[in-house]
Amino acid sequence: MNLYAIKAIYVFEMARTFRTPLQSFASPVISTILYFVVFGSAIGNRMLPVGDVSYGAFIVPGLIMLTVMTQSVANASFGIYFPTFLGTIYEHLSAPISPFEMVAGYVGASATKSVVVGFIILAVSFLFVSLKIEHLIVAVLFLIMTAFCFSLLGFILGLWAKNFEQLSFVPTLIITPLVFLGGSFYSIDMLPSTWQVVSMFNPAMYLISGFRWAFFGVSEVPIQFSFLAVILFAGLFVSVIGYMFKTGYRLRN
Amino acid sequence: MSSIIEVRNVTKKYADEKVALADLSVNITAGEIIALLGPNGAGKTTLISIICGLTTLTAGNVFVDGLDIETDYRKARSLIGLVPQELVLEPFETVLGTVTLSRGLFGKSPDPELIKSILENLSLWDKRASPIRELSGGMKRRVLIAKALSHEPKILFLDEPTAGVDVDLRRDMWRLIKDLKASGVTVVLTTHYIEEAEEIADRIAVIDGGKILLIEDKSVLMERLGKKQLSIDLDKPLSRLPATLKELGIILENEGKKLIYNYNVDLSDSKISEILLAIRSEQIQINDVHTEQSSLEDIFIELVMEGQS
Repeated sequence: MNLYAIKAIYVFEMARTFRTPLQSFASPVISTILYFVVFGSAIGNRMLPVGDVSYGAFIVPGLIMLTVMTQSVANASFGIYFPTFLGTIYEHLSAPISPFEMVAGYVGASATKSVVVGFIILAVSFLFVSLKIEHLIVAVLFLIMTAFCFSLLGFILGLWAKNFEQLSFVPTLIITPLVFLGGSFYSIDMLPSTWQVVSMFNPAMYLISGFRWAFFGVSEVPIQFSFLAVILFAGLFVSVIGYMFKTGYRLRN
Repeated sequence: MSSIIEVRNVTKKYADEKVALADLSVNITAGEIIALLGPNGAGKTTLISIICGLTTLTAGNVFVDGLDIETDYRKARSLIGLVPQELVLEPFETVLGTVTLSRGLFGKSPDPELIKSILENLSLWDKRASPIRELSGGMKRRVLIAKALSHEPKILFLDEPTAGVDVDLRRDMWRLIKDLKASGVTVVLTTHYIEEAEEIADRIAVIDGGKILLIEDKSVLMERLGKKQLSIDLDKPLSRLPATLKELGIILENEGKKLIYNYNVDLSDSKISEILLAIRSEQIQINDVHTEQSSLEDIFIELVMEGQS
């Protein structure tokens, strides 16, 4: 195992994050604050509590998941796309690195950034709502697993994308709608029954539901299903990446 | 000397069926500087890319220090440093950051002292904290070399190292390559500057159409294929060439003012003495005599033209 390579990629990617703190940390935090102001304070005051949870508090897990999922995809896809776009990927390909080590470096750095952003948003949310996390360890575990899972998806996207348009296409047109419609801002119970059934096919719903369970002890689907969903998605994404490397997909001619 | 790289019957066919390398075999000796010479599209970069792991091969085997580059890729690749043709660097990263990354990628523990000495040797230490986008083209090329040397490779590949660089930098680069050889590094470079191959290479391989047309020690190559030309400037123009000179293979040029005699460097049957005697007996007055040896460029063009025909 080339641990030095994993560390080198990880450190290099994290350095990029700290070179652009505004883009890396400030922008997701500011957009989250805007969500809190609009949905939490302005509209939230007129919303009925969901179960025993005030609407302002209810949206916190959804908001964190929204940001963690989109940031993970964006971080990891950009992380691997940029070297392929610039051509600096030649070095990774000529180095004694296995696909696993390369993925570990990029996905590890991407997930770390997303988890940090997730914690920052959680800290910010305490300024807006009173919040008590019922299952803290599960919440942290779920956050980390989701960040890794979506970073794997981002890595696939970064390898697949031929240009910057494709790079932004998937997060904007697929990930964001799935997360929004996966119950970030509402409980699936609030939907008409047909849409409740449709929502069951939305993978993001299982993750948001699981994370919300860790906060409030209530969820749309049992927590076991949510864990199973994360593991299944991660397994699927790892298999796709494995296939891409095996065939040299757009990396080696 | 033992081979450090063995390329055995390598064929590379791309998805569009274009054959980049056709059953190519070559051995590279440890410690030498070998220049791969060929026109654009000859297969030079493909060959380097295959050995370095950037491109997969369709058929054949490559061994680096006895290690198969496919089954033993970790050990094989850790012996190799690659300086690509394009100035591919992350523009926002610092010089020190990117060179440190390279050493890590090749699985070596951090060695700040070594990195410092590499950067100092390449006159980059003062620029270590500068973002790469602020560097000149020549400096960027040196950063690429620093990256390639950061893990102390035994073999260094330089793909067109002096393409588009000014004369001073080219001389610096040649000096650096010679220093590397002196330190025991095997250097493989591709170039289409004949002058470069002539200046620094120990051996020259001419590639075209995905095949090695010729591989030879530079001096042997020059001697074996080099042509020499004897030119004799005359005091007064000759209206016609005397028969004795014609029989010796002389031709008359420049409106009768110049005698030309072509011969091969290695041939001991050159007739220069007879020619001079014949000139004397014909009482022809000579102004000047000089000889010219054909350059590697002439040899190269001849080989490639032959290959294409």
